[in-house]
Amino acid sequence: MVNRVVVGAHYGLRDWLLQRITAIVMALYTLAFVAFVLAATPASYEDWRTAFAHPAVKISTFLFLMSVFFHAWVGVRDIFMDYVKPFALRLFLQVLVILALIVYALWAVQLLWSV
Amino acid sequence: MKFSIYRYNPEKDDKPYMQDYDVELQPGDRMLLDAILRIKALDDSLSLRKSCREGVCGSDGMNINGKNGLACITPLKDLEEPVVLRPLPGLPVIRDLIVDMSQFFKQYHSIKPYLINDNPPPQKERLQSPEAREELNGLYECVLCACCSTSCPSFWWNPDKFVGPAALLQAYRFIADTRDDATSERLDNLEDPYRLFRCHTIMNCADVCPKGLNPTEAIGKIKEQMVRRMV
Repeated sequence: MVNRVVVGAHYGLRDWLLQRITAIVMALYTLAFVAFVLAATPASYEDWRTAFAHPAVKISTFLFLMSVFFHAWVGVRDIFMDYVKPFALRLFLQVLVILALIVYALWAVQLLWSV
Repeated sequence: MKFSIYRYNPEKDDKPYMQDYDVELQPGDRMLLDAILRIKALDDSLSLRKSCREGVCGSDGMNINGKNGLACITPLKDLEEPVVLRPLPGLPVIRDLIVDMSQFFKQYHSIKPYLINDNPPPQKERLQSPEAREELNGLYECVLCACCSTSCPSFWWNPDKFVGPAALLQAYRFIADTRDDATSERLDNLEDPYRLFRCHTIMNCADVCPKGLNPTEAIGKIKEQMVRRMV
């Protein structure tokens, strides 16, 4: 097949918006987390365990981690699109990143709900 | 005044090299282009594009001490010696300071840089309110010198796919024009991970624009229009 330049995938806006929204979620969680550490000064394993046993902490942490993963997906894909020119290698790397992020998400669920 | 200028003649040279010049300026020499033309009088093999010599035609875009600009409106007194002149980065060099701008203009043409309005034109002109006309300020002044696009890393990596700041500024110029009827098609044409979303808001474009325009802001407004259309 002739290697023609093809563009016009007609996506990108959702990802761009998602990256902005997830950045806000991460910033808010980070501020809340720092505030918690400063205010409650958890020192022992038991303190941390009690904090993370609360469903609100579990869910907000999960939301934060999902934001990290989606944010990372858009960012890492951008790097691949900029720098990895062979199409087959780009596809392979992108699939690899998606699979890794799914594993991380499941792992996060397992960790958070094991407390 | 001392200069170090990129020289490359593909018919004679194996590879590009930098040539040093020391040229005596005359009292009337104010801009960089004046000095380059003094050098050209000494060495007529030095090649560059120039035309209007007042920042309107956009021909003499080049890399001046590491930053893209128009030689004709760059004051000599602001330049550190030796003044290093190179062709605009990222485009194929034809000779010395002359680059092949085909890719740049191909991207420009891809955004349909003309008014699209199928309604029959009124007897005199298509009217705009003063507010609607105000929106075009900072957009229509672009002279297509390519200083911005060739300073953009996203354009360096994907010049065949990313539209680039200059053409995106022009795309917004027509999206913002109340006399244009093809807004939605224009947004469709740009909604693409490569064509528009290779812009990572690096802002080199706004930093170098010799006309003081801000392509990054225009790109942001294109994205805003897309979000408005979606939600």
